Amino acid sequence: MKIVFVGHVDHGKSTLIGRILDATGSLPEGKIEALRASCKTQGRRFEYAFVLDALAEEQQQNVTIDTTQIQFRTAKRGYTIIDAPGHEEFIKNMVTGAASADAAVIVIAADEGAREQSRRHGQLLSLLGIRQLVVAVNKMDLAGFSAKMFQRIEQEYGAFLHELGLNARAFVPVSAETGANVTASDREAMPWFNGPTLLQALDELEAPPSTVDQPLRFPIQDVYRTENRRILVGRIESGTLRVGDELLFSPRHKTARVATIERWPASAAETASAGESIGITLRDHIFIERGHVASHKIDAPAETNRVHATLFWLGTEPLSVGARYRLKLATQDVECQVVALGKVVDAATLDSATANATELRINEVGEVTLQTRAPLVLDNHDRVPTMGRFVLTNGDNLISGGVVSKVVYARAKTVKSENIFWSESEITAEGRAQRNQHRGAVVWLTGLSGAGKSTIARALERELFALSMHTYVLDGDNLRHGLNANLGFAPEDRAENIRRVAEVAKLMADAGTVVITSFISPYRADRARARSIALQAGAEFVEIFVDAPLEVCEQRDPKGLYRKARAGDLKGFTGIDAPYEPPDDAEIVVRTADETPGECVDRILAQLLSRLRL
Amino acid sequence: MGKDSNVLLWLSLKAFLGRVPYPLLHIDTTYEFPEMIEFREWAAKHYGINVIVKVNTEARERGVGYETHDPVTVTHELKTVALKQAITEHKWNALITGIRRDEDPTRAKERYFSPRDADSEWHYKHQPPQFWGQFAIKNAPGEHVRVQPLLDWTEVDIWCYIQREQIPIPSLYFARNGKRYRSLGCQPITHPVASSASTIDEIIAELEATRSSERAGRAQDHYEPHAMQKLRAKGFM
Repeated sequence: MKIVFVGHVDHGKSTLIGRILDATGSLPEGKIEALRASCKTQGRRFEYAFVLDALAEEQQQNVTIDTTQIQFRTAKRGYTIIDAPGHEEFIKNMVTGAASADAAVIVIAADEGAREQSRRHGQLLSLLGIRQLVVAVNKMDLAGFSAKMFQRIEQEYGAFLHELGLNARAFVPVSAETGANVTASDREAMPWFNGPTLLQALDELEAPPSTVDQPLRFPIQDVYRTENRRILVGRIESGTLRVGDELLFSPRHKTARVATIERWPASAAETASAGESIGITLRDHIFIERGHVASHKIDAPAETNRVHATLFWLGTEPLSVGARYRLKLATQDVECQVVALGKVVDAATLDSATANATELRINEVGEVTLQTRAPLVLDNHDRVPTMGRFVLTNGDNLISGGVVSKVVYARAKTVKSENIFWSESEITAEGRAQRNQHRGAVVWLTGLSGAGKSTIARALERELFALSMHTYVLDGDNLRHGLNANLGFAPEDRAENIRRVAEVAKLMADAGTVVITSFISPYRADRARARSIALQAGAEFVEIFVDAPLEVCEQRDPKGLYRKARAGDLKGFTGIDAPYEPPDDAEIVVRTADETPGECVDRILAQLLSRLRL
Repeated sequence: MGKDSNVLLWLSLKAFLGRVPYPLLHIDTTYEFPEMIEFREWAAKHYGINVIVKVNTEARERGVGYETHDPVTVTHELKTVALKQAITEHKWNALITGIRRDEDPTRAKERYFSPRDADSEWHYKHQPPQFWGQFAIKNAPGEHVRVQPLLDWTEVDIWCYIQREQIPIPSLYFARNGKRYRSLGCQPITHPVASSASTIDEIIAELEATRSSERAGRAQDHYEPHAMQKLRAKGFM
């Protein structure tokens, strides 16, 4: 289990780690004695913190000890401590270690209480997605082992963590100096404390799920072609695959069964699991290449062109909104553009979070939104860690690491007919785009009834048409009367309605049209699926949130529907007795209560046109 | 073709399902153990690999040799310079090596993908970050990258893997008359260690009990302070 230790510089973090290493017998034989002796000759008092200093010194002298990865064992399991010797090193260690840490120990001195730095560490951990925390209230000896002081910190810092959406598994009073309650409880000093020792608290943390137990992810690294065979090779990142399994290949969305598992020397084993590098052959011939990810249909990864992530910036040139980088995730390698920057924290100085930062500089950690040129297959970091982290490069250098969050998984596709294959036309989407002088796209409007979707859709269509573009509006009027005439307004019918809209829009976009869809489409998962359907056809997908407060929509009530719903004549009406899930990552948000339709359309065009041009 | 090279070769065979698509380079110092040359010939045939043998003939003709020169000079000329010559001749831009961090302190700072400039020099203070199995490297003409997949393996790991996979290795590693080789280099400067380990099991048991360094029997490392650091900065593996 990997644990990152954070804390204010003077709160005794190093002493605590030194004490743990000694108490668990994790130091080389004679190390403590040698240090005590050397302190004596120098006339210094021995401190446990010197243990870490001594290890760091040995590292300086080239000995193969890595202070950033120190190990110790309890009776229950092994631990790796990820320590941050200095603030400069903090960010790099966070990237290589803490982003994959399973838990964190926050050290707070009892005599000083939580400081600004302690709060910023909390923020950083929250950004990094580390959810399991233990708070060690250290230096209890300097606070007279006072129950009152401990409880005050527990209350105040606990409330602060709660605000960040974090929950400490335990607050543990300790003294690294005297050793109280680190590995053994000290009833004499703290008769009032009945909780666990620090090591017990660590042992009670949940072990991370093993990669074998996670959903199958097999990113294809290469395809070996011999005369009559094609072998897909790669490393299984998580889960298990078996001969005969039906695999789904994303983002192509093609399925095929595993015919054989290839190994050298040959083996009769019919399964392969996380960590194994293998080859497979398929029963059906489908086109697969490097970057595709195989999974099981029921537990598929997400596909998107919009990535929300926490980035650690290592580049000397800062990141800025609008900049383009290459994004590498497992074996995928795509171009991406930074479209938004959220909260930013300087990990070196832990300077306060800036809400409206315009750039991310070296050693800063920030929330970003990236738009990729091609669909990307990924997972939330807390679901499948290896598919939920990526790096950014500027071609020559690796300049950032990112941890993926806020992934919306599309509803599983129900394919009733087997053996149906997407037949690829000889005329490519690129060819059509060349002739039309613009690319096909799906412009997806979502919002409450009466928010102004239809008005904006029609106005946008007129503008695009005037620019000689192929464009068409799909709305309830032209679909519900025909293609979707058999669907009502129950949640499953709504989902099916939206699925059909997405499929039709995909075909039209593939044919080169800029399709504008105008549907309430209230569910996030349905919109995520619409996006993934469009991306499969290589079409641009732009989600536009047409936002207006419910009261405003109800007041407008262009079709009199709100009135009917309020009167109880219309059941399951969005906003009244059915939910609307607003997008939290729409490409464009327009607020029709504050802007005129013309202003809304102008803003949409400003972003849209650059993505439609060749 | 010592134990590490054989493990590396084995991993290549696994990765490409029984065939190795790239050549295997042997830097022949002309001071090799005869058993090593024999093993090389056997392996080339047995695995069907393309073995390229490189000798720095120019230096040998100049009279560079252990009989007249110090081991650091000879190692530099007959290994490092020979390697550079081979890289230039074949225009390689990548080299897969079997070095490990625990062999030597200067190898501890190595990376999985380690760039080398046109003179094969290693700038270890300015190494690009690498994590999560990802790397980025610019490969300008004349430069190459060292790919070092065994970096995090220990000497014991190597032996456990050889045992698990039953990998053939030269017989010099097994004890004869109370001595065995732990690491193989040029014959005149490679010394056996006292050992009774004549099976892989015994070797593993012996290594788990020992505290002395694997390369203690390799004279060039100890000829002068920081010998290995100097050799490696100039392109030695």
